[in-house]
Amino acid sequence: MVSEPSAPLVGVLALQGDFADHEAALQAAGLRTRQVRTAADLRGLHGLVLPGGESTTMLKLLDVDGLWGPLGYALRSGVPVFATCAGMILLAETVENPSQRSYGLLPITVVRNGYGRQYHSGTFPLRSDVLPAGTTGTFIRAPRVAAVGEGCEVLAWRDGDPALVQKGVILAAGFHPELQHGVHPVVARFAGMVRERAGVVVG
Amino acid sequence: MATLHPIPHVPGFTAEELDSKIGFCEQLKGGVIMDVIDPTQARIAEDAGACAVMALERVPADIRKHGGVARASDPDMISGIQKAVSIPVMAKVRIGHFVEAQMLESMEVDCIDESEVLTPADEEFQIDKRGFRTPFVCGCRDLGEALRRIHEGAAMIRTKGEAGTGNVVEAVRHMRALMTGIRSLQGLERTLLERKAVELRVPYELVAWVAEHQKLPVPNFSAGGVATPADAALMMQLGAEAVFVGSGIFKSGDPVKRAKAIVRATTHFNDPKALVEVSRGLGEPMVGIDIHQMAPQERLAGRGV
Repeated sequence: MVSEPSAPLVGVLALQGDFADHEAALQAAGLRTRQVRTAADLRGLHGLVLPGGESTTMLKLLDVDGLWGPLGYALRSGVPVFATCAGMILLAETVENPSQRSYGLLPITVVRNGYGRQYHSGTFPLRSDVLPAGTTGTFIRAPRVAAVGEGCEVLAWRDGDPALVQKGVILAAGFHPELQHGVHPVVARFAGMVRERAGVVVG
Repeated sequence: MATLHPIPHVPGFTAEELDSKIGFCEQLKGGVIMDVIDPTQARIAEDAGACAVMALERVPADIRKHGGVARASDPDMISGIQKAVSIPVMAKVRIGHFVEAQMLESMEVDCIDESEVLTPADEEFQIDKRGFRTPFVCGCRDLGEALRRIHEGAAMIRTKGEAGTGNVVEAVRHMRALMTGIRSLQGLERTLLERKAVELRVPYELVAWVAEHQKLPVPNFSAGGVATPADAALMMQLGAEAVFVGSGIFKSGDPVKRAKAIVRATTHFNDPKALVEVSRGLGEPMVGIDIHQMAPQERLAGRGV
Protein backbone atom coordinates (compact mmCIF):
# COMPACT_ATOMS: atom_id res chain seq x y z
CA MET A 1 0.00 0.00 0.00
CA VAL A 2 1.90 3.11 -1.19
CA SER A 3 0.39 6.50 -0.42
CA GLU A 4 0.86 9.44 -2.80
CA PRO A 5 3.97 11.52 -1.99
CA SER A 6 1.66 14.54 -1.75
CA ALA A 7 -0.75 12.84 0.68
CA PRO A 8 -1.11 14.46 4.12
CA LEU A 9 1.38 13.25 6.73
CA VAL A 10 0.04 11.90 10.02
CA GLY A 11 2.28 11.35 13.04
CA VAL A 12 1.61 8.27 15.16
CA LEU A 13 2.92 8.38 18.72
CA ALA A 14 5.27 5.36 18.77
CA LEU A 15 6.45 5.11 22.36
CA GLN A 16 4.52 1.90 23.01
CA GLY A 17 1.38 0.20 21.76
CA ASP A 18 -0.30 -0.70 18.48
CA PHE A 19 1.18 2.19 16.51
CA ALA A 20 2.12 -0.08 13.59
CA ASP A 21 -1.53 -1.10 13.18
CA HIS A 22 -2.53 2.56 13.09
CA GLU A 23 0.08 3.23 10.43
CA ALA A 24 -1.23 0.36 8.31
CA ALA A 25 -4.80 1.58 8.72
CA LEU A 26 -3.92 5.20 7.81
CA GLN A 27 -1.87 4.10 4.82
CA ALA A 28 -4.79 1.96 3.66
CA ALA A 29 -6.86 5.16 3.83
CA GLY A 30 -4.32 6.86 1.53
CA LEU A 31 -2.37 8.92 4.09
CA ARG A 32 1.35 9.00 4.77
CA THR A 33 2.56 8.27 8.30
CA ARG A 34 5.54 8.98 10.55
CA GLN A 35 6.39 7.39 13.89
CA VAL A 36 6.74 10.01 16.62
CA ARG A 37 9.32 9.29 19.34
CA THR A 38 10.95 12.71 19.78
CA ALA A 39 9.88 16.36 19.63
CA ALA A 40 11.60 16.73 16.26
CA ASP A 41 9.28 14.10 14.79
CA LEU A 42 6.29 16.42 15.39
CA ARG A 43 7.28 19.10 12.89
CA GLY A 44 5.30 19.35 9.68
CA LEU A 45 2.52 16.91 10.59
CA HIS A 46 -1.02 17.33 9.23
CA GLY A 47 -2.54 15.12 11.90
CA LEU A 48 -1.72 13.13 15.01
CA VAL A 49 -2.69 9.72 16.31
CA LEU A 50 -2.44 8.54 19.91
CA PRO A 51 -2.61 4.74 19.63
CA GLY A 52 -3.76 1.99 21.92
CA GLY A 53 -1.35 0.45 24.39
CA GLU A 54 -0.76 1.04 28.09
CA SER A 55 -1.45 4.62 29.09
CA THR A 56 0.75 4.34 32.21
CA THR A 57 3.70 3.26 30.05
CA MET A 58 3.11 6.12 27.60
CA LEU A 59 2.92 8.66 30.45
CA LYS A 60 6.28 7.52 31.86
CA LEU A 61 7.94 7.67 28.47
CA LEU A 62 6.42 11.08 27.64
CA ASP A 63 7.97 12.40 30.84
CA VAL A 64 11.45 10.91 30.69
CA ASP A 65 11.83 11.83 27.05
CA GLY A 66 10.72 15.45 27.53
CA LEU A 67 7.92 14.90 25.05
CA TRP A 68 4.98 15.81 27.32
CA GLY A 69 5.20 19.55 26.55
CA PRO A 70 5.92 19.39 22.79
CA LEU A 71 3.19 16.78 22.25
CA GLY A 72 0.72 18.92 24.20
CA TYR A 73 1.58 21.88 21.98
CA ALA A 74 1.04 19.76 18.85
CA LEU A 75 -2.27 18.41 20.14
CA ARG A 76 -3.51 21.99 20.62
CA SER A 77 -2.18 23.26 17.27
CA GLY A 78 -5.42 22.69 15.35
CA VAL A 79 -4.41 19.62 13.36
CA PRO A 80 -6.90 16.73 13.52
CA VAL A 81 -6.19 14.26 16.33
CA PHE A 82 -7.38 10.67 16.56
CA ALA A 83 -6.98 8.69 19.77
CA THR A 84 -7.93 5.09 20.56
CA CYS A 85 -8.17 3.36 23.94
CA ALA A 86 -5.02 4.40 25.83
CA GLY A 87 -4.88 7.48 23.59
CA MET A 88 -8.41 8.42 24.64
CA ILE A 89 -7.31 8.11 28.28
CA LEU A 90 -4.41 10.51 27.62
CA LEU A 91 -6.83 13.12 26.22
CA ALA A 92 -9.63 12.83 28.81
CA GLU A 93 -10.30 15.58 31.31
CA THR A 94 -10.84 13.09 34.15
CA VAL A 95 -9.35 9.59 34.49
CA GLU A 96 -10.57 7.13 37.11
CA ASN A 97 -9.58 3.63 38.31
CA PRO A 98 -7.03 4.85 39.24
CA SER A 99 -6.88 8.56 38.58
CA GLN A 100 -3.90 9.69 36.52
CA ARG A 101 -2.54 12.69 34.69
CA SER A 102 -3.86 13.52 31.22
CA TYR A 103 -3.96 16.32 28.66
CA GLY A 104 -7.60 17.11 29.45
CA LEU A 105 -8.43 18.18 25.91
CA LEU A 106 -11.69 16.22 25.82
CA PRO A 107 -14.37 17.04 28.42
CA ILE A 108 -15.01 13.38 29.27
CA THR A 109 -14.57 11.14 32.30
CA VAL A 110 -13.08 7.73 31.51
CA VAL A 111 -12.83 4.69 33.75
CA ARG A 112 -9.74 2.65 32.89
CA ASN A 113 -10.48 -1.03 32.17
CA GLY A 114 -14.11 -0.03 32.68
CA TYR A 115 -15.43 -3.21 31.06
CA GLY A 116 -13.13 -5.51 33.04
CA ARG A 117 -10.02 -7.50 32.28
CA GLN A 118 -9.03 -9.08 28.96
CA TYR A 119 -11.52 -11.93 29.48
CA HIS A 120 -14.29 -9.39 28.76
CA SER A 121 -12.66 -7.97 25.61
CA GLY A 122 -14.35 -8.53 22.28
CA THR A 123 -16.05 -7.04 19.25
CA PHE A 124 -19.39 -5.36 19.96
CA PRO A 125 -22.05 -3.63 17.85
CA LEU A 126 -22.03 0.17 17.81
CA ARG A 127 -25.12 2.33 17.70
CA SER A 128 -24.57 5.46 15.65
CA ASP A 129 -26.24 8.00 13.39
CA VAL A 130 -23.03 8.84 11.54
CA LEU A 131 -21.45 5.40 11.00
CA PRO A 132 -22.84 2.83 8.53
CA ALA A 133 -25.32 0.35 9.99
CA GLY A 134 -23.63 -2.79 11.26
CA THR A 135 -20.38 -1.05 12.23
CA THR A 136 -18.66 -2.83 15.14
CA GLY A 137 -15.88 -1.91 17.54
CA THR A 138 -13.17 -4.14 19.06
CA PHE A 139 -12.84 -3.26 22.74
CA ILE A 140 -9.63 -4.47 24.45
CA ARG A 141 -9.51 -3.89 28.22
CA ALA A 142 -11.24 -0.73 27.10
CA PRO A 143 -11.86 2.51 28.97
CA ARG A 144 -15.53 3.18 29.65
CA VAL A 145 -16.72 6.74 29.09
CA ALA A 146 -18.69 7.56 32.24
CA ALA A 147 -19.54 11.19 31.53
CA VAL A 148 -19.44 13.61 28.60
CA GLY A 149 -19.23 17.35 29.12
CA GLU A 150 -20.23 20.38 27.10
CA GLY A 151 -19.04 20.74 23.52
CA CYS A 152 -18.24 17.08 23.15
CA GLU A 153 -20.39 15.14 20.68
CA VAL A 154 -21.10 11.43 21.08
CA LEU A 155 -20.90 9.82 17.63
CA ALA A 156 -21.35 6.17 18.62
CA TRP A 157 -22.52 4.15 21.58
CA ARG A 158 -21.80 0.70 22.97
CA ASP A 159 -25.09 -0.13 24.70
CA GLY A 160 -25.60 2.85 27.01
CA ASP A 161 -21.99 4.07 26.99
CA PRO A 162 -20.42 6.63 24.66
CA ALA A 163 -17.75 4.82 22.61
CA LEU A 164 -16.78 7.42 19.98
CA VAL A 165 -16.63 11.11 20.81
CA GLN A 166 -15.55 14.24 18.99
CA LYS A 167 -14.83 17.79 20.02
CA GLY A 168 -13.74 20.06 17.18
CA VAL A 169 -10.88 18.32 15.40
CA ILE A 170 -10.28 15.80 18.17
CA LEU A 171 -11.78 12.34 17.63
CA ALA A 172 -11.46 9.58 20.26
CA ALA A 173 -12.63 5.99 20.45
CA GLY A 174 -12.67 3.55 23.35
CA PHE A 175 -12.34 0.76 20.78
CA HIS A 176 -9.75 -0.12 18.12
CA PRO A 177 -10.84 0.55 14.51
CA GLU A 178 -7.19 0.06 13.54
CA LEU A 179 -7.44 -3.62 14.45
CA GLN A 180 -10.39 -4.43 12.24
CA HIS A 181 -10.23 -5.59 8.67
CA GLY A 182 -10.48 -3.07 5.87
CA VAL A 183 -10.74 0.71 6.22
CA HIS A 184 -12.96 1.09 9.28
CA PRO A 185 -15.49 3.94 8.91
CA VAL A 186 -13.91 5.70 11.91
CA VAL A 187 -10.48 5.68 10.24
CA ALA A 188 -12.13 6.94 7.04
CA ARG A 189 -13.75 9.76 9.03
CA PHE A 190 -10.39 10.79 10.50
CA ALA A 191 -8.72 10.62 7.08
CA GLY A 192 -11.46 12.94 5.78
CA MET A 193 -10.81 15.40 8.62
CA VAL A 194 -7.09 15.42 7.83
CA ARG A 195 -7.67 15.99 4.10
CA GLU A 196 -10.10 18.83 4.84
CA ARG A 197 -7.58 20.62 7.02
CA ALA A 198 -4.41 19.71 5.14
CA GLY A 199 -3.36 23.37 5.22
CA VAL A 200 -2.84 23.17 8.97
CA VAL A 201 0.52 21.75 10.09
CA VAL A 202 2.38 21.39 13.36
CA GLY A 203 5.07 24.12 13.35
CA MET B 1 -8.67 -3.24 1.60
CA ALA B 2 -6.11 -3.51 4.34
CA THR B 3 -5.89 -6.84 6.07
CA LEU B 4 -4.07 -6.02 9.25
CA HIS B 5 -3.93 -9.33 11.05
CA PRO B 6 -5.62 -11.75 8.72
CA ILE B 7 -4.58 -14.97 10.34
CA PRO B 8 -5.32 -17.75 7.85
CA HIS B 9 -8.34 -19.82 8.60
CA VAL B 10 -7.47 -22.17 11.42
CA PRO B 11 -10.21 -24.57 12.50
CA GLY B 12 -11.63 -23.49 15.84
CA PHE B 13 -10.71 -19.81 15.53
CA THR B 14 -13.48 -17.27 15.07
CA ALA B 15 -12.87 -13.82 13.61
CA GLU B 16 -13.95 -12.24 16.88
CA GLU B 17 -11.49 -14.34 18.87
CA LEU B 18 -8.73 -13.22 16.54
CA ASP B 19 -9.65 -9.54 16.97
CA SER B 20 -9.79 -9.85 20.71
CA LYS B 21 -6.84 -12.17 21.39
CA ILE B 22 -4.37 -10.86 18.84
CA GLY B 23 -5.71 -7.35 19.39
CA PHE B 24 -4.73 -7.64 23.05
CA CYS B 25 -1.21 -8.74 22.16
CA GLU B 26 -0.89 -5.88 19.66
CA GLN B 27 -1.38 -3.42 22.53
CA LEU B 28 1.79 -4.72 24.24
CA LYS B 29 4.06 -3.95 21.28
CA GLY B 30 7.06 -1.76 21.89
CA GLY B 31 6.76 -2.54 25.58
CA VAL B 32 8.44 -4.55 28.33
CA ILE B 33 6.73 -7.36 30.24
CA MET B 34 8.42 -7.92 33.59
CA ASP B 35 8.51 -11.00 35.84
CA VAL B 36 7.35 -10.12 39.37
CA ILE B 37 6.90 -12.29 42.45
CA ASP B 38 4.83 -10.02 44.73
CA PRO B 39 2.67 -6.85 44.73
CA THR B 40 5.65 -4.66 45.68
CA GLN B 41 7.64 -5.75 42.65
CA ALA B 42 4.52 -5.42 40.49
CA ARG B 43 4.12 -1.79 41.55
CA ILE B 44 7.79 -1.10 40.87
CA ALA B 45 7.37 -2.60 37.40
CA GLU B 46 4.22 -0.58 36.66
CA ASP B 47 5.86 2.57 37.94
CA ALA B 48 8.88 1.98 35.71
CA GLY B 49 6.61 1.79 32.66
CA ALA B 50 6.15 -1.96 32.16
CA CYS B 51 3.27 -2.63 29.73
CA ALA B 52 2.38 -5.83 31.64
CA VAL B 53 3.68 -8.05 34.42
CA MET B 54 4.18 -11.80 34.60
CA ALA B 55 3.16 -13.08 38.03
CA LEU B 56 5.16 -16.06 39.25
CA GLU B 57 6.40 -17.43 42.56
CA ARG B 58 10.04 -17.65 41.57
CA VAL B 59 11.88 -15.96 38.75
CA PRO B 60 13.62 -18.40 36.40
CA ALA B 61 17.04 -17.86 38.02
CA ASP B 62 15.61 -19.13 41.32
CA ILE B 63 13.74 -21.99 39.64
CA ARG B 64 17.14 -23.11 38.35
CA LYS B 65 18.69 -22.78 41.78
CA HIS B 66 15.93 -24.60 43.68
CA GLY B 67 15.40 -27.41 41.21
CA GLY B 68 12.43 -29.74 41.69
CA VAL B 69 9.12 -29.46 39.85
CA ALA B 70 8.11 -25.89 39.00
CA ARG B 71 4.31 -25.44 38.78
CA ALA B 72 1.75 -22.67 38.27
CA SER B 73 1.72 -20.09 41.07
CA ASP B 74 -0.54 -19.95 44.13
CA PRO B 75 -3.83 -18.20 43.18
CA ASP B 76 -3.44 -15.94 46.24
CA MET B 77 -0.15 -14.66 44.93
CA ILE B 78 -1.63 -13.96 41.48
CA SER B 79 -4.74 -12.24 42.91
CA GLY B 80 -2.52 -10.04 45.08
CA ILE B 81 -0.70 -8.81 42.00
CA GLN B 82 -3.95 -8.35 40.05
CA LYS B 83 -5.16 -6.06 42.84
CA ALA B 84 -1.88 -4.14 43.02
CA VAL B 85 -1.62 -2.89 39.42
CA SER B 86 -3.80 -1.56 36.59
CA ILE B 87 -1.67 -2.98 33.76
CA PRO B 88 -2.30 -6.48 32.35
CA VAL B 89 -1.26 -9.43 34.51
CA MET B 90 0.00 -12.62 32.87
CA ALA B 91 0.82 -15.92 34.53
CA LYS B 92 2.51 -19.17 33.54
CA VAL B 93 1.23 -22.71 33.26
CA ARG B 94 3.14 -25.92 32.67
CA ILE B 95 3.30 -27.09 29.07
CA GLY B 96 0.23 -29.25 28.42
CA HIS B 97 -1.38 -28.52 31.80
CA PHE B 98 -4.77 -27.37 30.56
CA VAL B 99 -6.30 -27.50 34.04
CA GLU B 100 -3.84 -24.91 35.34
CA ALA B 101 -4.87 -22.85 32.31
CA GLN B 102 -8.58 -23.27 33.05
CA MET B 103 -7.89 -22.03 36.58
CA LEU B 104 -6.00 -18.95 35.36
CA GLU B 105 -8.80 -18.19 32.90
CA SER B 106 -11.37 -18.37 35.68
CA MET B 107 -9.23 -15.88 37.63
CA GLU B 108 -9.34 -13.61 34.55
CA VAL B 109 -5.60 -13.50 34.12
CA ASP B 110 -5.10 -11.33 31.01
CA CYS B 111 -2.72 -13.67 29.17
CA ILE B 112 -1.45 -17.20 29.83
CA ASP B 113 2.16 -18.19 29.15
CA GLU B 114 2.40 -21.92 28.44
CA SER B 115 6.01 -21.94 29.46
CA GLU B 116 9.04 -24.16 29.21
CA VAL B 117 10.33 -22.38 32.34
CA LEU B 118 7.95 -24.55 34.40
CA THR B 119 8.29 -28.34 34.43
CA PRO B 120 6.24 -29.78 31.53
CA ALA B 121 3.09 -31.72 32.47
CA ASP B 122 2.76 -33.34 29.05
CA GLU B 123 5.71 -34.26 26.88
CA GLU B 124 3.58 -35.07 23.84
CA PHE B 125 0.76 -32.53 23.61
CA GLN B 126 0.66 -28.82 24.30
CA ILE B 127 -2.61 -27.21 25.40
CA ASP B 128 -5.33 -26.82 22.76
CA LYS B 129 -5.43 -23.07 23.22
CA ARG B 130 -8.29 -22.49 20.77
CA GLY B 131 -10.88 -23.41 23.35
CA PHE B 132 -9.93 -20.54 25.66
CA ARG B 133 -11.11 -16.91 25.67
CA THR B 134 -7.79 -15.89 27.20
CA PRO B 135 -4.91 -15.25 24.78
CA PHE B 136 -1.86 -17.51 25.13
CA VAL B 137 1.80 -16.78 24.55
CA CYS B 138 4.19 -19.64 23.79
CA GLY B 139 7.93 -19.91 23.31
CA CYS B 140 9.73 -21.05 20.17
CA ARG B 141 13.22 -21.76 18.96
CA ASP B 142 12.44 -21.65 15.25
CA LEU B 143 9.68 -21.24 12.65
CA GLY B 144 8.37 -24.78 13.06
CA GLU B 145 7.81 -24.44 16.81
CA ALA B 146 6.25 -20.99 16.27
CA LEU B 147 3.77 -22.22 13.65
CA ARG B 148 2.82 -25.34 15.63
CA ARG B 149 1.99 -23.14 18.63
CA ILE B 150 -0.03 -20.74 16.46
CA HIS B 151 -1.92 -23.67 14.97
CA GLU B 152 -2.74 -24.77 18.53
CA GLY B 153 -4.14 -21.28 19.12
CA ALA B 154 -1.29 -19.16 20.53
CA ALA B 155 -2.00 -15.45 19.94
CA MET B 156 1.57 -14.38 20.62
CA ILE B 157 4.96 -16.00 20.09
CA ARG B 158 8.16 -15.28 21.97
CA THR B 159 11.63 -16.69 21.61
CA LYS B 160 12.46 -19.17 24.34
CA GLY B 161 16.02 -18.01 24.81
CA GLU B 162 17.47 -19.61 27.93
CA ALA B 163 15.51 -18.23 30.88
CA GLY B 164 17.24 -17.38 34.14
CA THR B 165 20.74 -17.19 32.66
CA GLY B 166 21.06 -13.45 32.10
CA ASN B 167 22.64 -14.49 28.82
CA VAL B 168 21.00 -13.26 25.63
CA VAL B 169 22.81 -15.63 23.28
CA GLU B 170 20.01 -18.20 23.00
CA ALA B 171 17.32 -15.56 22.46
CA VAL B 172 19.44 -14.19 19.61
CA ARG B 173 19.90 -17.68 18.18
CA HIS B 174 16.14 -18.34 18.30
CA MET B 175 15.14 -14.97 16.82
CA ARG B 176 17.64 -15.37 13.99
CA ALA B 177 16.45 -18.92 13.31
CA LEU B 178 12.83 -17.73 13.24
CA MET B 179 13.58 -14.81 10.90
CA THR B 180 15.70 -16.99 8.61
CA GLY B 181 12.90 -19.55 8.55
CA ILE B 182 10.42 -16.87 7.50
CA ARG B 183 12.71 -15.49 4.79
CA SER B 184 13.45 -18.96 3.42
CA LEU B 185 9.79 -19.33 2.41
CA GLN B 186 9.84 -16.26 0.20
CA GLY B 187 9.01 -16.93 -3.43
CA LEU B 188 8.64 -20.70 -3.04
CA GLU B 189 6.17 -22.32 -5.39
CA ARG B 190 3.12 -24.08 -4.03
CA THR B 191 4.49 -27.62 -4.10
CA LEU B 192 7.55 -26.57 -2.11
CA LEU B 193 5.38 -24.73 0.44
CA GLU B 194 3.23 -27.85 0.74
CA ARG B 195 6.34 -29.91 1.39
CA LYS B 196 7.44 -27.35 3.98
CA ALA B 197 4.05 -27.59 5.71
CA VAL B 198 4.45 -31.36 5.98
CA GLU B 199 7.98 -30.92 7.32
CA LEU B 200 6.88 -28.35 9.92
CA ARG B 201 3.70 -30.35 10.74
CA VAL B 202 1.30 -27.41 10.23
CA PRO B 203 -1.44 -26.61 7.69
CA TYR B 204 -0.36 -25.41 4.27
CA GLU B 205 -2.41 -22.20 4.70
CA LEU B 206 -0.31 -21.12 7.65
CA VAL B 207 2.95 -21.63 5.75
CA ALA B 208 1.55 -19.87 2.67
CA TRP B 209 0.46 -16.90 4.79
CA VAL B 210 3.94 -16.49 6.26
CA ALA B 211 5.57 -16.91 2.84
CA GLU B 212 3.41 -14.12 1.44
CA HIS B 213 3.49 -11.65 4.34
CA GLN B 214 7.05 -12.41 5.50
CA LYS B 215 6.12 -12.29 9.16
CA LEU B 216 4.21 -14.36 11.70
CA PRO B 217 0.43 -13.89 11.74
CA VAL B 218 0.64 -13.05 15.48
CA PRO B 219 2.91 -10.67 17.41
CA ASN B 220 6.50 -11.87 17.76
CA PHE B 221 8.15 -11.00 21.08
CA SER B 222 11.45 -11.91 22.69
CA ALA B 223 12.27 -13.60 25.99
CA GLY B 224 14.94 -15.61 27.75
CA GLY B 225 18.14 -13.96 28.92
CA VAL B 226 17.60 -10.20 28.46
CA ALA B 227 19.57 -8.45 31.25
CA THR B 228 20.54 -5.01 29.95
CA PRO B 229 18.99 -2.14 27.95
CA ALA B 230 21.35 -3.06 25.13
CA ASP B 231 20.06 -6.65 25.17
CA ALA B 232 16.49 -5.40 24.83
CA ALA B 233 17.44 -3.09 21.94
CA LEU B 234 19.37 -5.94 20.29
CA MET B 235 16.29 -8.17 20.30
CA MET B 236 14.14 -5.32 18.94
CA GLN B 237 16.61 -4.65 16.11
CA LEU B 238 16.62 -8.36 15.30
CA GLY B 239 12.85 -8.20 14.79
CA ALA B 240 11.21 -8.61 18.21
CA GLU B 241 8.12 -6.44 18.68
CA ALA B 242 8.33 -6.34 22.50
CA VAL B 243 10.50 -7.83 25.22
CA PHE B 244 9.93 -10.06 28.25
CA VAL B 245 12.43 -9.58 31.06
CA GLY B 246 12.50 -12.30 33.69
CA SER B 247 15.28 -12.47 36.24
CA GLY B 248 17.23 -9.60 34.66
CA ILE B 249 15.53 -6.81 36.62
CA PHE B 250 14.89 -8.02 40.14
CA LYS B 251 18.13 -10.03 40.30
CA SER B 252 20.16 -6.88 39.55
CA GLY B 253 21.70 -4.35 41.92
CA ASP B 254 19.20 -1.52 41.26
CA PRO B 255 15.92 -2.94 39.91
CA VAL B 256 14.06 0.42 39.77
CA LYS B 257 16.70 2.10 37.66
CA ARG B 258 17.28 -0.94 35.46
CA ALA B 259 13.56 -1.44 34.85
CA LYS B 260 13.15 2.17 33.69
CA ALA B 261 16.23 1.91 31.52
CA ILE B 262 15.03 -1.25 29.76
CA VAL B 263 11.62 0.34 29.11
CA ARG B 264 13.27 3.36 27.46
CA ALA B 265 15.70 1.20 25.52
CA THR B 266 12.83 -0.86 24.08
CA THR B 267 11.16 2.31 22.75
CA HIS B 268 14.35 3.93 21.46
CA PHE B 269 15.97 0.68 20.30
CA ASN B 270 17.26 2.32 17.12
CA ASP B 271 18.87 5.32 18.80
CA PRO B 272 22.39 4.51 20.10
CA LYS B 273 22.71 7.93 21.80
CA ALA B 274 19.56 7.28 23.84
CA LEU B 275 20.83 3.77 24.65
CA VAL B 276 24.08 5.22 25.98
CA GLU B 277 22.13 7.64 28.18
CA VAL B 278 19.90 4.98 29.71
CA SER B 279 22.81 2.58 30.29
CA ARG B 280 24.88 4.91 32.48
CA GLY B 281 25.37 3.95 36.12
CA LEU B 282 22.84 1.13 36.32
CA GLY B 283 24.73 -0.76 39.02
CA GLU B 284 25.38 -4.48 39.02
CA PRO B 285 23.57 -6.54 36.39
CA MET B 286 22.45 -10.02 37.35
CA VAL B 287 25.29 -12.52 37.33
CA GLY B 288 24.99 -14.45 34.09
CA ILE B 289 25.62 -18.06 33.18
CA ASP B 290 27.77 -19.13 30.24
CA ILE B 291 25.56 -21.40 28.13
CA HIS B 292 28.54 -23.61 27.28
CA GLN B 293 29.14 -24.37 30.96
CA MET B 294 25.60 -25.75 31.33
CA ALA B 295 24.77 -29.45 31.25
CA PRO B 296 22.21 -30.35 28.53
CA GLN B 297 19.59 -31.26 31.16
CA GLU B 298 19.89 -27.73 32.63
CA ARG B 299 18.63 -26.23 29.39
CA LEU B 300 14.94 -25.31 29.42
CA ALA B 301 14.53 -24.42 25.75
CA GLY B 302 14.31 -28.04 24.62
CA ARG B 303 10.95 -28.41 26.37
CA GLY B 304 7.87 -28.23 24.14
CA VAL B 305 8.89 -28.74 20.51
